[in-house]
Amino acid sequence: MKGNWFTQVGWRHAVAWVAVAFSLIPIVFVVSSAFNPLGTLSSTSLLPAHGFSMSNLVKLFETTNFGQWYLNTLMIAGVASAVSIFISALAAYAFSRFRFRGRRVSLLSLLLIQMFPQFLAIVAIFLIFTQVGQYWPQLGFNTWSGLILVYLGGALGVSTWLMKGFFDTIPKELDESATMDGASHNQIFFRIILPLVTPILAITGLLAFIGMVNEYIIASVFLTSSSDKTLAVGLVGMVAANTREAQFGMFCAGTLLTAIPTVGVFMFLQRYIVHGLTGGAVKG
Amino acid sequence: MSRSPMVGVTGQLVKILVLSVVAALAIWAATPLVQAEAWIGLGVVIAVTALIFYIYLSPKRLPAKYLLPGTLLLIAFQLIPVFVTVSTSVTNYGDGHRGDKADAVAMIQAGAVKEVPGSPRYLLSVAWEGENTSDGKLVFLLTEPGDRQYLLGDDQGLSPLDPGSLTVDGDGRILAAEGYTVLSRAQFNAHSDQITSFAVPTDAGGIRSTGFDAYEGVSTRVYDEGCDCITDSETGEVFYADNDNGYFVTEDGTRLRQGWRVNVGLDNFARFFTDPEVRGPFLSIFTWNMMFAVGSVLFTFALGLACAMAMNHDRIRGKTLYRILMVLPYAMPSFAMLLVWRDMFNPDYGLLNQLLGLELNWFGETWTSRAAVLLVNTWLGYPYMFLICTGALQALPRDTLEAARIDGATGFQAFRKITLPLLLVSLTPLLISSFAFNFNNFNAIQLTSAGHPFPDGSPQTGDTDLLITYTFRLAFNGTGVDYGYAAAVSMFIFTIVAVISGISFARTRNQEEIYR
Repeated sequence: MKGNWFTQVGWRHAVAWVAVAFSLIPIVFVVSSAFNPLGTLSSTSLLPAHGFSMSNLVKLFETTNFGQWYLNTLMIAGVASAVSIFISALAAYAFSRFRFRGRRVSLLSLLLIQMFPQFLAIVAIFLIFTQVGQYWPQLGFNTWSGLILVYLGGALGVSTWLMKGFFDTIPKELDESATMDGASHNQIFFRIILPLVTPILAITGLLAFIGMVNEYIIASVFLTSSSDKTLAVGLVGMVAANTREAQFGMFCAGTLLTAIPTVGVFMFLQRYIVHGLTGGAVKG
Repeated sequence: MSRSPMVGVTGQLVKILVLSVVAALAIWAATPLVQAEAWIGLGVVIAVTALIFYIYLSPKRLPAKYLLPGTLLLIAFQLIPVFVTVSTSVTNYGDGHRGDKADAVAMIQAGAVKEVPGSPRYLLSVAWEGENTSDGKLVFLLTEPGDRQYLLGDDQGLSPLDPGSLTVDGDGRILAAEGYTVLSRAQFNAHSDQITSFAVPTDAGGIRSTGFDAYEGVSTRVYDEGCDCITDSETGEVFYADNDNGYFVTEDGTRLRQGWRVNVGLDNFARFFTDPEVRGPFLSIFTWNMMFAVGSVLFTFALGLACAMAMNHDRIRGKTLYRILMVLPYAMPSFAMLLVWRDMFNPDYGLLNQLLGLELNWFGETWTSRAAVLLVNTWLGYPYMFLICTGALQALPRDTLEAARIDGATGFQAFRKITLPLLLVSLTPLLISSFAFNFNNFNAIQLTSAGHPFPDGSPQTGDTDLLITYTFRLAFNGTGVDYGYAAAVSMFIFTIVAVISGISFARTRNQEEIYR
């Protein structure tokens, strides 16, 4: 029994149109404000009404440290997410392939510790790094290395669980036959396992990268001097001041530039994402 | 196990290289500790280095080799902060209770200095430690007019400044100093309250500002160890030390503002339940926090699922394009989009009021503000739900649905009785994680409503505040910093999230048994 066109297909398009409109309105607004030559909040509208201009972009680079913030963010999030997926991959390999005393306990405590999100300990991190900075200024406030270390503290955790699940699906016979051929554990890990798990590495890496680019609370406590800020701290600071209405165009231009790497990587990894996310990662 | 000789050589070289780096780092880390004679810290550095060498040089301990880097980082930056949080939560650490008792006494004595004839005078520049004024502490940069000695005065006392790092004017007044931000005249005026109440403790009493000069005066308040009290020679008041709570207090209950850090036991936790000034706002924040987390999960899931159901059909044209457009919010930088939404809610020229022809002051009223943050959070979160629902729908067994169709179930019945329960089995863990994430979704509130509106007379607790934004304000909001209480609230949030997640995970496991 076939229903009419609407109950079969029509409603699907209707839902999709509503959802797409909902998704796009703020984004169209950002694009239109970014290229609005007047560049204040009061002059913006959903669709470009004042012509098209790059002046906001130019001003963004001239009057703020945007370029430096961008570089900082790419460096901090890039290094931290790369190192963190490497560390999680090592741990996931151990949890997936070895049977050792305390394995189950470690896995469970990992889950529990992760429930204490790092930013709940923000007061403690602040107090700890006040001390650290006195002994090792290179790791104290306003340094990349210190912030990267804090982010790496959470490296074992969600991504380890995610990867372990994926590693488990790779047949053990592969390891065994490699061992017969005289491969060491390190060789099995680097030459056999890692190439096979590239999709999950890509996804956990992307999630970690997005998470760190958007991380605001720890970074805002950590990075206070203007040149060392990340995009999140810098852009928020830019509109938090009383001038925010006047700088709205610049802010939107900055938002678009910030989205470029994420959207790029997103498009690139599209086919892996649905699968990887159902594995259990979260972004709100 | 046999190995080819080549592999052995490469492996050994890598191992030697890594361990040399570890050794170099250990020496680098140990040097300042030796200089500062911090022997406990040095012991930790040596122990960790020894552990690393032991594990990587030993032929056994295979799993440990793979787990060590992550574990060390986890302990240092996740576990230790948790312990520090716990230990901070039982103290009164915060503004007025930062240092020990001796610091507090010095500050109190310095704060009560009076200029007497013949007091030494200094040229004063006021500065912030660090590169800007938003953090760091206030310091005095002083010039002794006679022999042009340059001194740094902070809350610890005086220390000499290196003249090479300074820029001074003709009189000798310091205009700039490396590592400090000297306040301009305008900033000086803006911070005049802070500057006039600031005092540098010295042996004679303390240094305080008067206009653009500073004087070293004699204190009217003197600490006497015998009675463990401070006597004010002008008013005759006697402040006795309350060593349990960390402050000086007179017999009629007047407290000195400056106190010291003590262990207060579970007082901070008891405040949730006993102090009416805390209990009232705390309960209402908690209730709203639950509503926000549940609402966020519910709305994002409902919309995400609707979209996934709509797209889950072979005859839909343009599916890929629809998908990409729907998922776009997920790829935008969320912190920036939250701020854009905030401005879209602007009552004067915000896009929403313009488009809808409304004149709502969105963040000015409790319920419009709450609706606004939920709307924004739905926008940010539904693409994720759409993605995971799509994945889960594709994994559903087709034959069950076909059987239902044959038995005459309508589309909606099949959805309610079969698709949804099956979906929930695989998605519940993710919904719980999403709940836990949103329960502490700091950015979603801080960057949009920032807790607004604040009811009259409660500048600390807004109607859209989550526990985490409330905690952050307690700990880092300039006036009245209270680290101890903030740490206690953190512990409380952790307990709630852990309990709720624990119960839900246990229930999910039961559910799985029913459907499998």
